[in-house]
Amino acid sequence: MTLFAEILVSALLVLGGVFVLVGSWGLAKLPSVMTRLHGPTKATTLGVGACLIASMIYFPFFSGTWSAHELLITLFLFLTAPVSANLIAKAHLHRQGRRIDPNPSDQIVDGLPPPLGTADWATFAGGTTTDTAIPGEADGDRRS
Amino acid sequence: MIRRILPHPGLSAMLVVVWLLLVNDFTFGALFLALVFGVLVPLFTSRFWPARPVVRFGPDMIGYVGIVLYDILIANFQVAWIIVTRRNRDLRSHWLVIPLELRSPEAITTLAGTISLTPGTVSSDISGCGRALLVHALDVADPEAEVARIKRRYEARLLRVFA
Repeated sequence: MTLFAEILVSALLVLGGVFVLVGSWGLAKLPSVMTRLHGPTKATTLGVGACLIASMIYFPFFSGTWSAHELLITLFLFLTAPVSANLIAKAHLHRQGRRIDPNPSDQIVDGLPPPLGTADWATFAGGTTTDTAIPGEADGDRRS
Repeated sequence: MIRRILPHPGLSAMLVVVWLLLVNDFTFGALFLALVFGVLVPLFTSRFWPARPVVRFGPDMIGYVGIVLYDILIANFQVAWIIVTRRNRDLRSHWLVIPLELRSPEAITTLAGTISLTPGTVSSDISGCGRALLVHALDVADPEAEVARIKRRYEARLLRVFA
């Protein structure tokens, strides 16, 4: 039984390590900011996930203590990874859209598909708050 | 009355669970403190959540979480394979525009987060009127089919969770 747990833990650690390595390799190899964003945001989900599952199996088996912190790490990772990816994407859209970035990439300057409604994408929609707020939010602001 | 004390029952329950997991010790003291936080924090922050999203806890929500976890697992292998084997000039990256039927900000945030977490797609922006989501896809053969897949697989389920 101990042998089985050892094999399982090491397999998960190797799997997680491989995914983090591939994610980092993608960060170095892929051609533009938007494509590079795919590498690291993904490596966190399965690479770190496999390491956390390995930790959840290891501690009850070999030191007899049980810890739930791994679940919390997963929860917080899942909450924060999309937010940071979104902020990097928005910063990149700004730099490209306002032509601050000297190297055009990701077809942002001329190839961004238009949104369906009349308003532009929120990043480019100017400074007025009524334009950028989504309907529910504007509603709530008035009530409070 | 119960609304006065517990403006967000879901948030209260989540705070209690997260606090107990953080303390990592199920004692009466920890549970008491968790309950205190679970009641006080939603009370003091309820002004930040005026819209009060309706979330249905039930089989739909469990099914949604299960499907997202399964997709993260499968798609991680796909993206890793693309990174290792595909040459850069053969990448078919596209911008996708996803028309939204979801209206509440919380539901749209959940959908955007799901899209970012499932490998191969990163949600980048929302339209000024909140009716479309701008998503970058790493490698898709057919952009329309991918948009339809996201709408069918995630948005249709979220519409049932956020009633």
